[in-house]
Amino acid sequence: MSLSGVLMPLPVLIPLVAAALTLIAGRRPRLQRLITLAALTGVLVVCAVLLHLTDRDGTQALHVGGWGPTDAGLGPLGITLVADRLSALMLVVSAIVLLAVVFYAIGQGIRDGDENQPVSIFLPTYLVLSAGVCTAFLAGDLFNLYVGFEVLLSASFVLLTIGASKERVRAGISYVMVSMVSSLIFLIGLALIYATTGTLNMAELSLRLQDVTAGTRSAIFAVLLVAFGIKAAVFPLSAWLPDSYPTAPAPVTAVFAGLLTKVGVYAIIRAHSLLFPSGRLDNVLLIVALLTMLVGILGAIAQSDIKRLLSFTLISHIGYMVFGIALSSRLGMSGAIYYVAHHIVVQTTLFLVVGLIERQAGASTLRRLGGLAAASPLLAFVFIVPALNLGGIPPFSGFIGKVALLEAGTANGSVLAWLLVAGSVVTSLLTLYVVARVWTKAFWRSRVDAPEGALADSAPSVLLDDYSDDVAFDDRGDVGRMPVGMLVPTMALIAVGLVLTVAAGPIIGYTDRAASEVLDRGQYITAVLGGHR
Amino acid sequence: MTVYLVPLIIIGGLTSCGVYLLLSRNLTRMLLGLLLVGNAVNLLILTVGGEAGNPPIRGRTSGTETTTADPLAQGMILTAIVIAMGIAAFVLALTYRSFRLTTEEDVGNDPEDTRVSKLSDSDAAALDEDVPQPVPARDTDEPDELDALPGHDGSR
Repeated sequence: MSLSGVLMPLPVLIPLVAAALTLIAGRRPRLQRLITLAALTGVLVVCAVLLHLTDRDGTQALHVGGWGPTDAGLGPLGITLVADRLSALMLVVSAIVLLAVVFYAIGQGIRDGDENQPVSIFLPTYLVLSAGVCTAFLAGDLFNLYVGFEVLLSASFVLLTIGASKERVRAGISYVMVSMVSSLIFLIGLALIYATTGTLNMAELSLRLQDVTAGTRSAIFAVLLVAFGIKAAVFPLSAWLPDSYPTAPAPVTAVFAGLLTKVGVYAIIRAHSLLFPSGRLDNVLLIVALLTMLVGILGAIAQSDIKRLLSFTLISHIGYMVFGIALSSRLGMSGAIYYVAHHIVVQTTLFLVVGLIERQAGASTLRRLGGLAAASPLLAFVFIVPALNLGGIPPFSGFIGKVALLEAGTANGSVLAWLLVAGSVVTSLLTLYVVARVWTKAFWRSRVDAPEGALADSAPSVLLDDYSDDVAFDDRGDVGRMPVGMLVPTMALIAVGLVLTVAAGPIIGYTDRAASEVLDRGQYITAVLGGHR
Repeated sequence: MTVYLVPLIIIGGLTSCGVYLLLSRNLTRMLLGLLLVGNAVNLLILTVGGEAGNPPIRGRTSGTETTTADPLAQGMILTAIVIAMGIAAFVLALTYRSFRLTTEEDVGNDPEDTRVSKLSDSDAAALDEDVPQPVPARDTDEPDELDALPGHDGSR
């Protein structure tokens, strides 16, 4: 068996085994933390090797248990794992983010205390979430993708309602309901595909769907797009996101914002390029992308809570990725893939920084914040770098990703594409306005000028405990300096964001290769079915 | 392949009842709606899996059937049922917790959404993050120390 065959199940297996071990070690927090960190570091190493292998040898497929295609003409019967350049890149970026966020959460827990929880469930659930994300990225058949979604969703339900305070339960209910409806729609899509073609293996589907009439194909694709669109928070289906994400603890919001919506975007890429390559719904996708960008960013302008504001920019920037996908060109796909990688990193970083702001200043709403630049220049620095990056200021990766997408849009040349180009530029400017507003209010002005500046949360929030009372800001106990355990992962993610800029040449080269591979379906099909088709 | 009408009608009926229940704000109804739609989808998968037939085990027959039933559809349904059961248990726990906290079963509105939706032109200035607004009607129940702070001078 080749090296990639050994490595491919590991990103799923390691977190699952580690989740079991951390549950066993529930009463020994130090051991639990050690296992988690070791497991996620292991996942990162495995994913990095996979990235190298797929870039060198092309698409890799593994039929788990040896239930691959047979000479008798039967397709793969078991679970198929496939890693190509796209999924390998997603895996590596996710692994980096997962490791950084768990570091941050542990740092927060050690400093601000999480000893009052009976059984430590955060880390095991977090590991299950990691396994679900990796399953979704590696899935070679649609049903396995569905299972991956369910694994990560179930884990996210627990993480979102952790501590079960009133606010989190309310947010959790709408999140659970919307997610389950999207899963059911996905399941309906699976049933329709199975009825049409008799298989759910993506490589086989890619061949068999060609013989299906165009109308049926578009109908099935539309059902899948609705299901994935809810998960990716594309405009008419995005209202659940700013409602639920901001109530969760900072590290949880950070990892959700970075990864969960991007799994939906990844599924859209796969469905769009591998299963339904005819591009018959591209115009719909383009319009939806435009609306997602504009409505999202206009929503962000109206918010005063930084977490909610960032949730709206998250929705808005999903529009960029859908834009790139809907162009159906190599340039567009490459730009979209680069943008996904950039956005995972930058959005996670910003949510982690908000966690720091909340801890240091006792609030995350602009009605209370002020004077942070004077109080902590370091905090100002860790906010402004990812914020400018999100706004698309030149040297940063956000600028490079946007330029790649704009180039792809102008190369397309249709009226709709030009409209999208204009929309992207406007959205980018408005994003800059939004982060500049946070900067001037939270960092630049004096806290005395804030309407509720005199109030603050009584204590730094911890994972489980959300029952924080308002006290006068001056009476708030000294929280001390920013914990190193929280600051270092944030800085590390900022550094990763800068690497996306510094190494932009090689990375764009890689995403170009990934885009060609995704659009040329032959490699994928050959890797999975071999000579048996 | 013959398509039977009865399962399709049942699927349609279950789905419409489920969607109706899902649109409610009551948590128990939403859960029931979720389960109904889930069962409808499971039935749909079973229906599209083809006709009934022999068990998919070598040498086993059932009555006078000549074909073998599709095991994959049943495997998928089994997975979906297990997932639905787990989620149902979680939602029930959430419902109980929500009832304990709010003593009602309906899901409330997002308070921030409500606040933002009330922003009209005339109110916008009052809610601007820049202008400290003295609140004349502020209740004097607050500790007296707060009175000297901006935004709290209303109680003097």
